[in-house]
Amino acid sequence: MGQKMLMKGNEAIAEAAIQAGCRFFFGYPITPQNQIPEYMSKRLPKMEGGCFLQAESEVAAINMVYGAAGAGARVMTSSSSPGISLKQEGISYIVGAELPCVIVNMVRGGPGLGSIQPAQSDYYQSTRGGGHGDYRMLVLAPSSVQEAVELTQMAFDLADRYRNPVLIMGDGLIGQMMEPVEMPDYHPAADLPPKTWAATGWTPQSDRERAIINSLYIDPAVLEKHVNHLYEKYAVMEQTECRWQEEMTEDADYILVAYGTTARIARSAMRKLREEGIKAGLIRPITLWPFPSAPIAQAAEHARAFLTVEMSMGQMVDDVRLAVDGKKPVHFFGRTGGIVPTVREIITQVENLAKEGK
Amino acid sequence: MAVIYEKTGILTDTPLHYCPGCTHGIIHRLVAEAIDELGIQGKTIGIAPVGCAVFAYNYFNTDMMEAAHGRAPAVATGCKRVNPDNIVFTYQGDGDLASIGAAEITHAATRGENITVIFVNNAIYGMTGGQMAPTTLPGQVTTTSPYGRDPALCGYPIRVSEMLATLDGPAYIARCSVHDVKHIMDAKKCIKKAFETQIAKKGFSMVEVLSSCPTNWGMTPREALNWLEANMIPQYPLGVKKEVE
Amino acid sequence: MALLTIARETCKGCGLCADVCPKKILALSKEINSKGYHPIAVTDQEKCIGCAFCARMCPDAVIKVEK
Repeated sequence: MGQKMLMKGNEAIAEAAIQAGCRFFFGYPITPQNQIPEYMSKRLPKMEGGCFLQAESEVAAINMVYGAAGAGARVMTSSSSPGISLKQEGISYIVGAELPCVIVNMVRGGPGLGSIQPAQSDYYQSTRGGGHGDYRMLVLAPSSVQEAVELTQMAFDLADRYRNPVLIMGDGLIGQMMEPVEMPDYHPAADLPPKTWAATGWTPQSDRERAIINSLYIDPAVLEKHVNHLYEKYAVMEQTECRWQEEMTEDADYILVAYGTTARIARSAMRKLREEGIKAGLIRPITLWPFPSAPIAQAAEHARAFLTVEMSMGQMVDDVRLAVDGKKPVHFFGRTGGIVPTVREIITQVENLAKEGK
Repeated sequence: MAVIYEKTGILTDTPLHYCPGCTHGIIHRLVAEAIDELGIQGKTIGIAPVGCAVFAYNYFNTDMMEAAHGRAPAVATGCKRVNPDNIVFTYQGDGDLASIGAAEITHAATRGENITVIFVNNAIYGMTGGQMAPTTLPGQVTTTSPYGRDPALCGYPIRVSEMLATLDGPAYIARCSVHDVKHIMDAKKCIKKAFETQIAKKGFSMVEVLSSCPTNWGMTPREALNWLEANMIPQYPLGVKKEVE
Repeated sequence: MALLTIARETCKGCGLCADVCPKKILALSKEINSKGYHPIAVTDQEKCIGCAFCARMCPDAVIKVEK
């Protein structure tokens, strides 16, 4: 571990990406993620072979990512909700062509132009694919600047391992907040597959096949086989890449389920509730896809009820309900539009559940 | 006996899917011959479009990428920035380049992105069945301009080469045609020149090639080339539009 | 005399080569290939001057010219 520094979430993510060997960044300005491209524009031109380019649109930026990833580079783009919507076309093509890349979404309030304040209302878009076609992305949701750093570095390895984009889903708060960070010494996983599929120039004498980076399979039988192949990868991800954190769930009557910024607030609420004598616990999904259904299902065996807290009108709560499978009540509390729920609001929700015996 | 002319090895043996008499095949061959003659097969990466040339990755015997509709210049940009010594070209039709991809081509050009763009203009959407394109001529009948393109309703065709030539970024822009052997030879020279511009790291190069669509124009291959010469060339004058020494 | 070799199976019978032939020695054949096209054929090889106009005009690169 290196020196401890005070860093903004957005800048810490950018630096972590550089440490992980990302030398190419293509982006377009949008609040609240601008410090990522700004940081990259300072650093990358000073690095050998590095390139930062401000694209003409989010659409162009994600397609530049497609080209750079297809050429075998570690590459990243970042945006915020409306910009991520624009990138969905490119993301679908990137998945179809099995290219690795890292995408950051510092989520803001929606729909439409919405607001520039933190939100979690892109959960469906992030975890269900987002663009057209049958696909998934690994979705990592940091709840601190330090964790954002660690997940960013891990994201590049995961992307290369599975040849699939990895989405880091933060929110305006994670991006704008300053916290002490230690930049870990990054070493890529030793068993990452070589990028023999990359388009780097070929002749009939080359010791690999001609590279064709492509997502078009005009024969339905061939496309079905290709999509089945993608889903075989997703099955492996579900088996091996699911990450979450549990706090005080063993004896809990009420389990709070929250991620990202909301999980920090839920943690404070949980501690206060414990002081009041209400046995609360917290399950914090770190991967939103694959979703940590197993620990939630396990907690459903003994807990009295669940309260999902989100900065949205209730999106992740659907996954919690699927995991609980009707065994226990799953309640929801959310604020939206850029409003962050307070500790007090969450405490009141749980107190009321306890009072009503729910 | 000496070989005077044969298919270059830069084209694969996969039969082209284009309609009989479609000049896409000629333009493919010219691009492949330029790559062959310049000895750059091992460095070249082609970016295929969406449109009739969507399967170009099956035909060019180089590393290839297939881009989303209109996004080939952005994909080429990402690819070229990673490996600046690669020779990167896009092959795009008029709908792809001048309509949905108008932003991507304009900005690649103004950045002076060191790529080569082969722009095939046949004034119609071929793959989707003959709809009106941004380059469809005034009065031209298509499946979405059944009464003829009415500029009062849907504007005028875009002269892409002239428009991009106003920018400071491009190093070489030319428009040529493939309606007869002489013009095919000229087009070959322009395409080769465009690749040479990239090899010399001078910046963005584009060759617009006027092409025919016998099927969707509803003509025989010969009638189509005659129509091209008589109607398209007056609208889209041939020649070098920009050249930076 | 020059020699034309025609890849009959990939010829689509568009006839553009016949139009540009200065000696007018190319014509669509009566037979059809496996794709259902009448491929181009040489009517009088003796008269071929090896200009390769046909090969340069061919959209499907089916003509090889030797001299």
